[in-house]
Amino acid sequence: MESLEPILAEHPFFKNLPSDYLKLAAGCAANVRFDAGMYIFREGQEANDFYLIRQGKIGVEIYGPERGPITIQTIGPGEILGWSWLIPPYHWRFDARALELTRAIALDGKCLRNKCEEDNRLGYELLKRFADILEERMQALRLQLLDVYNP
Amino acid sequence: MRDPSADSMIPKPFRIQRTRNETHDTFTMELVPKSGNGGFNFSPGQFNMLYVFGVGEVPISISGDAGDTELLVHTIRAVGTVTKAMRKLKRGDPIGVRGPFGRSWPVSEAEGNDVVIVAGGIGLAPLRPTIYHLLSKREKYGKVMLLYGTRTPSDILFRKELEQWRGRFDFEVELTVDRAMGDWRGNVGVVTSLIPRASFDPLNTTAMVCGPEVMMRFTVAELHKRGVPLKDIHISMERNMKCGIGLCGHCQYGPTFICKDGPVYPFEAVQHLFQKREI
Amino acid sequence: MQKIDVAGLDAIIQRLKQRGFIVIGPTIKDGAIVYNEVSGHKDLPAGWTDEHNAGSYRLLKREDGAFFGYVVGPQSWKKYLFPPTLTLFTVRRNGKGLEIGDGNNPKPRDGRQEQSKAQTPKYAFLGIRSCELHAIGIHDKIFSNGEFVNAHYKALREQIFLVAVNCGRGGGTCFCTSMNTGPKATKGFDIVLTEITNELGHYFVVETGSERGVELLSKIPHQPAADVDRESAERIVQLAAQEMGRSMETENIKQLLMENLDHPLWDEVGRRCLTCANCTMVCPTCFCSTVEDVTDLTGRQAERRRRWDSCFTMDFSYIHGGSIRPSAKARYRQWLTHKLGNWIDQFGTSGCVGCGRCITWCPVGIDITEEIHALRTNTKAENASTSS
Repeated sequence: MESLEPILAEHPFFKNLPSDYLKLAAGCAANVRFDAGMYIFREGQEANDFYLIRQGKIGVEIYGPERGPITIQTIGPGEILGWSWLIPPYHWRFDARALELTRAIALDGKCLRNKCEEDNRLGYELLKRFADILEERMQALRLQLLDVYNP
Repeated sequence: MRDPSADSMIPKPFRIQRTRNETHDTFTMELVPKSGNGGFNFSPGQFNMLYVFGVGEVPISISGDAGDTELLVHTIRAVGTVTKAMRKLKRGDPIGVRGPFGRSWPVSEAEGNDVVIVAGGIGLAPLRPTIYHLLSKREKYGKVMLLYGTRTPSDILFRKELEQWRGRFDFEVELTVDRAMGDWRGNVGVVTSLIPRASFDPLNTTAMVCGPEVMMRFTVAELHKRGVPLKDIHISMERNMKCGIGLCGHCQYGPTFICKDGPVYPFEAVQHLFQKREI
Repeated sequence: MQKIDVAGLDAIIQRLKQRGFIVIGPTIKDGAIVYNEVSGHKDLPAGWTDEHNAGSYRLLKREDGAFFGYVVGPQSWKKYLFPPTLTLFTVRRNGKGLEIGDGNNPKPRDGRQEQSKAQTPKYAFLGIRSCELHAIGIHDKIFSNGEFVNAHYKALREQIFLVAVNCGRGGGTCFCTSMNTGPKATKGFDIVLTEITNELGHYFVVETGSERGVELLSKIPHQPAADVDRESAERIVQLAAQEMGRSMETENIKQLLMENLDHPLWDEVGRRCLTCANCTMVCPTCFCSTVEDVTDLTGRQAERRRRWDSCFTMDFSYIHGGSIRPSAKARYRQWLTHKLGNWIDQFGTSGCVGCGRCITWCPVGIDITEEIHALRTNTKAENASTSS
C-alpha cells in the first residue's frame, strides 16, 4: 500500500509537523470514499475519526423535528471535517452527509488521541492546528449569525 | 430660456414596460421613457433616483445592460414605504427617473487583469451590469469570476442567468448561502469562505465587492489576506440620499459625497473611514 | 470714498424700492434683530446693540442712534436665498401618466400676490456684514458653481443688490478675524457703508464695489469724504477687529480633526449636546436639506417640497431600519468635522465664517472655539507625553 505521507505533507493542516509525527499520522491514515447522499457520521455517534477532504462536498447538518435537516455549513476540498474526536466526551454533535461523490483521507482519531496522551508534544501540535480551524469556523459562523442580508 | 441644470431635481417621466418578481421581497422593473424616444445611457455601478407619484423617491442602482440603451432595468428590494409602493406598480404605470448619477465600476481599469466580483445579497444587482460588460468584452480580461453569497436558496437572484453564466467555459460562478434546508446541494457558509479556494492571481486582479457593509468589510479583509493590494479592491457604499446631486448633504462620507464621489470607491481611498464607527 | 447722511441712507432704500427691489434689512422683533422687509430708515433698529455670549443673547440700548450698532441676529440671509421651504415641482397624474410641473418658477417666500409665479423676486440686502458676504460666497460655490446647480438660488442671486456695512464692534462671540472674513468687507458687495456717530454727526462713509453700486450712489445726495472721515472709518474697523469676543487657531485644523476622530473630547461634548439643531439653523453656511412629498385629498395631484434639514436629526443618516449616527457624539462630530475640516476638501474654504451664532444660540453654550482649543491642547499634551 502506498504511503499517504507525501499527500498528508502537502496538506496545510500538517505543514511543519515534525517528520516523525507525520509518519505516525500517515500510519493512522486511510483513503476513503463517500457516494452522494451517504452519511459519514451522525449526531451522537462516537467520534473516532477526522477527515481531510480531497474532492467533493460535505454538508454539516443539524436535524430539527419540524424543519428536517438544516445545512449550516459545507466543507470542501482542502478542508478538515471533524474535531469532536479530540475533545471529550468524543461524540459527534452534528450529522455529516456527502452532497456529492467525495474522496477523503480518514485519520484514526482514537489512535492519535491515545498517542497524544503519551506524547504531549504531539498533543500540543495537533491542538494548535485545531485551534486555528475552530477560530476560523467560529468567525465564519458569527458572520452567518449576523444574518447580514436581512434588512 | 430654461436652464438645463434646473432639471436636476425634476424627474423625467418613464413608464413601466414589464415587472417581474425575483424572490419574495425582490423584484425587477424594466422602464422606458414616456415620450417614447431617447434611450438611456449609463455606466455599470451608477444609480437613479426613482420617484413614485405622491410617495417619494429612493436611490436604486441600475441592474441592466449598459449596452442596451432602449430599456432601463432596476432590481429592487421592497424594504420601506417607497420600495413597497414600487412593488405594486404594474405594466403601463408611470414612474419618475432622475439620473444616472455616481461613479461607476472600474471596468476599463481592470482590462488585462483577472476580475473577481464578490456580491452579497441584493449587492448582485449593481454588479450585474459589470458582468454583462465583462462578458461582452471577454477577450480584454484574464480570468473572470463571480463569488455570490445570499441568505437562503430562495433568495438567489437571477437564478437562470447564473446557471447560464456557470455553463460558460470562460466565467467561473461560485455560490453560497448562509443557511439551507435539506435539499440544497450547493455550498453553505459565508461568502468569504469562497475566497481562499478561488483561482485568481492576487497580484493581477481587480476585485469589485458589493453588499452589506459588514460583508464588504470581511470580504476586503479576506481578499487582502489572499494578497490582493487594497488599491485593487473596489467597493460600493450606501448612505441616506435625498437629492443624488451633492446638494442635500445627507450622503456625506468623510469629505466625499457618495452620490458624486461614489458610490463606487477604491477601498484605499476610504480605508481610514471604513473602520470608524458612526462616520 | 464718499459720505452720506441719514437722509442719504433712506434715499438708498427708496431708490431700491422704486427699482422693484424688496429691501430686506434689520428690524427688531421678539427681542432680537430679525431680517425683514423694510420700507425706510425708520424701520431699522436705531440705538440698539446686542450682547452675545455662549447660550445668551440680549438687546441693549445704545447711547447714540446708530442703525447698525448690533453685530448679527439669530437668522442669516440664507432665509431668503435658500428658503426654509420651497416647492420643487408639482405633478399631476392623469390618463397619460405623470405631468410634471415646471420647477423653474418658484413661489416667492411669503406668497405675495403681486409677485406671481412667473417672477423671481429681486432682493436688496441692507446691512450685510463681511462675514455674511463670505457666507454667501460659500453658498455660491455650493449652489451655483458645482456640477449640479440650484437653479432657484442662482436666479435669486443674480439679481441681488448688496448694501454692506462694516462692523463698528466685535461681538461677544465673534471671531471673523480668525477666519479671515472681516470685519472689513472687501468684496462681493455693491455698496458698503461705515457708520459714524461722533461730534461731527451721524453719517456714513460710502464705498462702491460694482458698477451698479456706482450708478446708485450717483443718484443719491452725497459728498466726497474728508480725510477726517476716512480716518474715523478706518479707526472704527480697526477697533472692531481688536474687540473680537472669541478666537480660533485654524492652522492644520483639518488634519487636527481627521486624526482625532476617536478622541474622548467628542464623548465629552456629546454628553452636553442636545442635538437640538439650533446651530445648523442659525449658521449662515449650513446647507443640508431634505424633500417631502405630499398629495392633495383627491390623490391626483402631488407636490415635492424641499425643506431645511440638519445632520443633528436621527433621520438624517437613516438607512435600512437604523441611523448610521445614533449617538449625539457622532452627530456633533459630523457637524464640526464637516464645517471646519471636510468642507475645505469639498469647497476649497472653511465652512465657518466666524459669526459666532452657533455659540450664542446653543442652549447649553457649546463653544466651537473652545472645543477646538481643547482638542489642540489635549492632543499636544498627549503627543508630548508619548514622545518623552
